[in-house]
Amino acid sequence: MTKTSDLGSEWQLTPPLSTRLRGMLGATGKAAKRDIVLGMSISLLFLGLFLAVFAPTLARTDYERTDPVNRMLPPSTDNWFGTDNWGRDVFDRTIVGTRLSFLVGFSVTLISTVVGVSIALIISYFRILDAVMMRFVDGFLAFPTILLALALISLIGPSIGNVIIALSVTATAGKIRLVRGAVLSLRESTYVEAARAVGVPVPRILMFHVLPNIVSIIIVQATFTLASAILAEASLSFLGAGVPEYVPSWGNIIATGQGYIQVGFHISFFPGLFLTVTVLAVVLIGDSIRDHLDPKLRGRLRTTAQQ
Amino acid sequence: MWRYIAQRVLVSIPVIIMVGIITFTLVYVGPGDPAAIIAGDEATPEILEEIREDLGFNRPFPVQMGDWFWKLLHGDLGTSYFSRREITELITPRLQPTLSLGFQVVVLSTLIGISTGMLAAWKAGSRLDRNLMILAVLGFATPGFWLAFLTIWVFAVNLGWFPVIGYKPIQDGLIPHLHSMFLPVMVNSILASAFISRITRSAMLEVLREDYIRTARAKGASEFSVFIRHAFRPSAIPVATVIGASIAGLATGFVLTETIFAIPGLGRMLVDSIVRRDYPIIQALLMVVATVLIAVNLIVDILYAYIDPRIRY
Amino acid sequence: MTEALLSVENLHTQFRTEGGLVQAVDDVSFNIQAGETFALVGESGCGKSVTALSIMGLIPNPPGEITSGSIQFGGVDLLKLSSTEMRSIRGSKIGMIFQEPMSSLNPVLTIESQLAEPLKIHTGLSASAANDRAQELIDMVGIPDSKTRLKQYPHELSGGQRQRIMIAMAMACAPRLLIADEATTALDVTIQAQILDLMQEVTEKSGAALLIITHNLGIVARYADRVAVMYAGKLREVGDASDIYAASQHPYTVGLLRSVPRLDSEKGTPLSPIGGEIPDLTNLPGGCAFNPRCQWAVDRCSVEEPELIEISQGKQVACFEHASVSLNV
Repeated sequence: MTKTSDLGSEWQLTPPLSTRLRGMLGATGKAAKRDIVLGMSISLLFLGLFLAVFAPTLARTDYERTDPVNRMLPPSTDNWFGTDNWGRDVFDRTIVGTRLSFLVGFSVTLISTVVGVSIALIISYFRILDAVMMRFVDGFLAFPTILLALALISLIGPSIGNVIIALSVTATAGKIRLVRGAVLSLRESTYVEAARAVGVPVPRILMFHVLPNIVSIIIVQATFTLASAILAEASLSFLGAGVPEYVPSWGNIIATGQGYIQVGFHISFFPGLFLTVTVLAVVLIGDSIRDHLDPKLRGRLRTTAQQ
Repeated sequence: MWRYIAQRVLVSIPVIIMVGIITFTLVYVGPGDPAAIIAGDEATPEILEEIREDLGFNRPFPVQMGDWFWKLLHGDLGTSYFSRREITELITPRLQPTLSLGFQVVVLSTLIGISTGMLAAWKAGSRLDRNLMILAVLGFATPGFWLAFLTIWVFAVNLGWFPVIGYKPIQDGLIPHLHSMFLPVMVNSILASAFISRITRSAMLEVLREDYIRTARAKGASEFSVFIRHAFRPSAIPVATVIGASIAGLATGFVLTETIFAIPGLGRMLVDSIVRRDYPIIQALLMVVATVLIAVNLIVDILYAYIDPRIRY
Repeated sequence: MTEALLSVENLHTQFRTEGGLVQAVDDVSFNIQAGETFALVGESGCGKSVTALSIMGLIPNPPGEITSGSIQFGGVDLLKLSSTEMRSIRGSKIGMIFQEPMSSLNPVLTIESQLAEPLKIHTGLSASAANDRAQELIDMVGIPDSKTRLKQYPHELSGGQRQRIMIAMAMACAPRLLIADEATTALDVTIQAQILDLMQEVTEKSGAALLIITHNLGIVARYADRVAVMYAGKLREVGDASDIYAASQHPYTVGLLRSVPRLDSEKGTPLSPIGGEIPDLTNLPGGCAFNPRCQWAVDRCSVEEPELIEISQGKQVACFEHASVSLNV
């Protein structure tokens, strides 16, 4: 029952995509200066990106080498977050874990957005294709994300690439449904009718009239996809069905600490903190973007995150 | 009204079929030779071939799939590769923990979510509102398994109020049962309540902006009456949607929760069978879960019609 | 002179907007006598709806606020009442109907329950007595097949029918004053006349006064006893309806009257709109707010604000040049 009608005034001429995007960026920037929480979230995200890129250089130990002599040490000046059951420095592994989370998160978001939007745009104009595709989409969306990803991983094996593929499947399905709904309702709007009456060919209508108007929905949804992909990857790794154990992932690290809960609290605590803060920051940014861009969307897009 | 219900049911059927197709195909094209998995390491090629004939693995793909569907319709979920027992038999004892967990979580999270959401909407803009919403955001940004970990550490390891793991079925007594489930119920409810709370608040606020609320005030209705009588029902639709969606989210949550808290439910079963590559169970469980979710969505759709008379026609 | 039913004195209502503080109602005073039909006329944004909402105590706060003035009604200053006291007046002594019949009724409640609601709130009737009265009310506003209609939902009725229901709801407790805020603007032309006739009929029958808020001069001519013209938050001219039409003395009123195309004018006669635009309330021109668009404006007009003064019995104008203003110039 998602109604994406009332998307934009029917009487407006559609400004080109570049103007739209620039406008959005500007609005977000202005909002960031006023809203301290948003500002902090964006800064955190940049910090995260920085860590993701430079973490291996920042790491002070060889975090992949096991060092059983120093296992299970609590946090100290040598090991800020302590060491895990193999003696590896938790701090180093945690910040390197940022890299994986962002990699998976952004990949899934990018793939699902590009593929999903393209498919949605195409099928919205071909009845039969639409009917068939939507059955697939509904089918995939009937599964809770992680379950499907779990099953897929069990079939194709745990690796970073496979995790990305598995998560992208559901994310793309969700994107298709959302965008298709939006396109369908926009199709009935007056300015599209006007464009067709003047003889504008369909692909052009899609690119220049429909797309700019759904960009805000796509962007907001993308942020929630990012948040849920990061969370999903961590959950999969936690269950042992994500990335291989030697690759530092926040989920992995938390899983290791799980077994040693009495003495190894520090192992699970810090990566979880990082995870929470990252997801929080992304979600808050998404919220802000949505609130500032289009207050009408409030409350409608949330349901697909964290499933 | 009945026409609407029939229509919703009809629309669900192709989805269930598609789910079945996806489930079966996924597992079918997966790696690993099922005969080898069943037979174990010492099997000779002859034995493997025998198994294949026996279990019908040599038949063409559509036939196998059709057979699977046919059996499903008759309530035969298949046989586990490992335990050789009927899956239906395996599932039954595990239903109680999962269903009990599910029921408690849904009830608790709906109550908490709706009441906090309405409270926040009532006092929109105030400090209480902002605090509640901050709590809500924290609630769903926090990963469930980490939260579980934290609560175990605080309440079980340090305070000792609850068992770390260990599930007591209802047969052992209702209170012990609830007590053993308390932590997992709490952890899952937090996430769901957060969602429901936010949606309730924003749906209420949106409805409060409508013209008919102004009419109600112009009639002299009290703020309380405006809230409960006039604003709540129209806002119930997005809330119902989210409750339905959170039930879907529970499926994910349970897999994690049951693993962490060692609850012998369906979630654990799924994880175990994935680890062991017990494909028939994976297939059956996925099918069951997806069907239940579709059923839940169906119920939510029907509830829509009950809530909003405009939808009935 | 008998005491007026409603006496608005020096009302000031302002709104906090992103562009600044907007004085939506700027020192407005007028009286409505018992049983009379009073029209408040002006373009969108002139403050007429805000005036009505101020009377009803329905100004959302924030961002709006009634900053000063008094509204005397039945011997009481409405602005000094507590919210509970005001609530007991709303819907029972003063009724209001709004512009959008399509969205002014709650879509999930039956007609019956919405009609019976003011009765249950204000008169303490039992549920079944209230429902009976609801049926009487539907009959009163001329909707056929009332028994079925009662159990239906708003989306099953047409716009005109919904507006009739609104009138019934507003009149349910026999108020002394009915406020109709652009009540016919969103309706088809043929239905507009029906609804206006109905409003006049029910108020005459019960002796209630009717405050019609509109931008449509045609309505005013036919139904109003007295008229007040508003522009940019201030009253510009007040008088008897016939007087306003025949001998208006404010440039804005004249402009409004002239801009109405007439069936009896020569073919090819150009339309004569009022030049210029409605002013931005956060950035009003100095002096009289209308002066940039006024053909009688003199230097004084952009510096000083004209007060609303009584120039003859029952006639008030806010214009320095009112003596030279005439429809025929």
